[in-house]
Amino acid sequence: MNGRIFSVVGGMFLLTVCSKGDRSAVQAAPPRTEVSAAGGTITGKVKFTGAAPKNPAIDMSEEAACKAKYPTTPTEENVVAGAANALANVFVYVKSGVPAGQTFPAPATSVVLDQNGCRYHPHVFGIMVGQGLEILNSDPVLHNIKAIAKANRPFNVSQPSAGMKTTRTFAAPEVMVNLECNVHGWMHAYLGVRPDPFFAVTGPDGSFSIKGLPPGTYTIEAWHEKFGTQTATVTIAATESKTAHFTFAAH
Amino acid sequence: MIYPLLLLAVVATQDTSAGKQVYTKWCAGCHGVDGKGDGEGARHMIPPPRDFTGNALYQIRSTPSGQLPTDADLLRSIDEGLPGTAMPAWKTRLSDRQRRDVLAYIKTFSPYFADTTQRPQPVVFGSAPGGGSVADALRVGRQFYDSIGCRKCHGDLGRGDGPSAPTLKDDAGHPIFAADLHENWRFNGGGTAEDIYHRLRTGLDGTPMPSFSDLIEQKFLTDEQLWRVAQYVRSLSPKEPPAVRDVIHAPLVTKALPHAPDDSAWTSVDGYWFPLVGQVIRKERWFAPAVTGVWVKAVHTADSIALRVVWDDRSQSPDTAWLAHVGRVLNTLDSDDSTREQPAPWPDQLAVQFPVAIPSGMERPYFLMGSPGAPVYQWRWSSSSRTAAVAGLARGIDRFDPQAGSGPGVRVVYDHGQWRLTFTRALASADTASQLPFRTGRAIPVAFFAWDGSNGEHGTRMAISTWYFLALDEPVPARVFISPVLAMVLTLGLGMLVVWRAQQKTSYRRQQ
Repeated sequence: MNGRIFSVVGGMFLLTVCSKGDRSAVQAAPPRTEVSAAGGTITGKVKFTGAAPKNPAIDMSEEAACKAKYPTTPTEENVVAGAANALANVFVYVKSGVPAGQTFPAPATSVVLDQNGCRYHPHVFGIMVGQGLEILNSDPVLHNIKAIAKANRPFNVSQPSAGMKTTRTFAAPEVMVNLECNVHGWMHAYLGVRPDPFFAVTGPDGSFSIKGLPPGTYTIEAWHEKFGTQTATVTIAATESKTAHFTFAAH
Repeated sequence: MIYPLLLLAVVATQDTSAGKQVYTKWCAGCHGVDGKGDGEGARHMIPPPRDFTGNALYQIRSTPSGQLPTDADLLRSIDEGLPGTAMPAWKTRLSDRQRRDVLAYIKTFSPYFADTTQRPQPVVFGSAPGGGSVADALRVGRQFYDSIGCRKCHGDLGRGDGPSAPTLKDDAGHPIFAADLHENWRFNGGGTAEDIYHRLRTGLDGTPMPSFSDLIEQKFLTDEQLWRVAQYVRSLSPKEPPAVRDVIHAPLVTKALPHAPDDSAWTSVDGYWFPLVGQVIRKERWFAPAVTGVWVKAVHTADSIALRVVWDDRSQSPDTAWLAHVGRVLNTLDSDDSTREQPAPWPDQLAVQFPVAIPSGMERPYFLMGSPGAPVYQWRWSSSSRTAAVAGLARGIDRFDPQAGSGPGVRVVYDHGQWRLTFTRALASADTASQLPFRTGRAIPVAFFAWDGSNGEHGTRMAISTWYFLALDEPVPARVFISPVLAMVLTLGLGMLVVWRAQQKTSYRRQQ
């Protein structure tokens, strides 16, 4: 039950983060490309077939302060499923189709990654190149935050007490950068770094929405940490709204 | 515009063919022809050789977390090697020119070094703060050792046995140990307080060890306090790396034999350190031993001997928390087996080996557990039957014949990443043909073997030593002390007599 509340809260948080990102992109001044709020929209739902693998339980006995935040044993969030096999935590983004010459300003607001209850919130999220990633520790325990990246320089910093914050940025697009804590081997988060604001993460109902796309033909990729990737091609004319659904096979 | 072009020209014309020659000859065997860390020797090493390609992650740097190393950083690792790993020091093996050439070549493996937007900026390190007493400095260091969470991986007493230790892996998924902070001679970035401070500031990229520089910026602690952590960590290791001395001197004690490993009688006894290495002679070979050495003390009474062996081991095996680590170890190493072995909860083990009889010459049985024709006498202990040890004859690495009911006495303590174990036995033996009778005043060959079950070690997969010697010191006879005094008194008396006689003669002549 609690897990569900968490994913709902996480999902809402995600949506807030993403919509914030979109808004600030919209507000950004020329000369760089302005993302028109009136552009095309791609919406869709992500589902899976088969039985969802069980998320492993997390033994938090070493961290009483984290354990106390859960009424029942917390689990990892490898596969977060909603009603009717909806799949949450899928990173959906425009892989190609955005004209190469177009650049998009990074939003001034940072994306917040919270370490709370020895888990990451959000678990999967997107960020733009150059946009701040504010890493916050809400636990009174030591976390180290290690970014494992290829296109970006990695980092590994420590936050031994509650309330600590550090902000990092990423210089190059990369899907995905892995974030992990080595003190708590179960803590993983996945970060999609994009040069444009055309990305979203599916909520608990498996739905996503990418707004403000100029007319064009796009390759959309959906990425899931356990089930891999899928792509779809979508052509948008003017301000129309198109759908792209994805179905993963659970394994 | 001119500037980048000029730079490009310099980079393009830089000759790396000399470096390639050096690399191919000396480095490719481990690091691979293409610099991917996949050379011939790579699958026999933990930690594995550095992969120079991709995002060029280097542990030993003077630059902040995630930045490229400077040339000086890379040259230092080439010159000094990386202690505790298979990387040797090249300073005395290659010329200055060769080392600089190979450095330039290594940098060609990753595009990051040619990327002019990457400008590694070394951290400005101050020098160690002075003032205050050593005790105060170490107390502050210990306080912050706890508050910045070092114990999570390195353990309460620093032996690499923290609660997160069994889960650690590097970026490529290879198993990695939290350093045993009591063995600073094995720190890959150097063992001085300064080296430790630098690692705390920069972190070890690609490993779980983070940078703690942010904590100074965020005023969680001061630069001085971080220095104190480094000084505290340094204080856990001996002043000098332990030197190997071949002969264990076991003094004669007049009090009761210390049966317990933590008996206070041991504190006044000299300790000896012996390095252990992987058993790579007989199949199945073992290239990644976790026990790197044993500390040994021995004493004897008129009729018995006590031998204390102490070694650091991160886990009290069998421990299922370490099974995933065992899996990673077995996956990283090439195996002699045709099928890859599955992780199992193996126990920790220790064996002490002697010849069956004290040899009269230099001839000794084969050090690696004897041979069918020339067996060796061994004491074997396993953590699965903790308080019992077995004595028996080994006739080669794969044959051990236990002698029922004749095992030595054993007492053992596991404490924060360290086993402390005492064997006791009578000097005389009932069966002199198969149980070594100990005798004083003789050099008795002795060797050591250790297994860390939670590192996948069992059977022939173990850490071994060569032969050393154990000498049971003889009681010093009283005449050793009396004879010199007697001789001195006699000499003095004779001298005085001569002088007196001479004076007598002189005074007689004067009177005449």
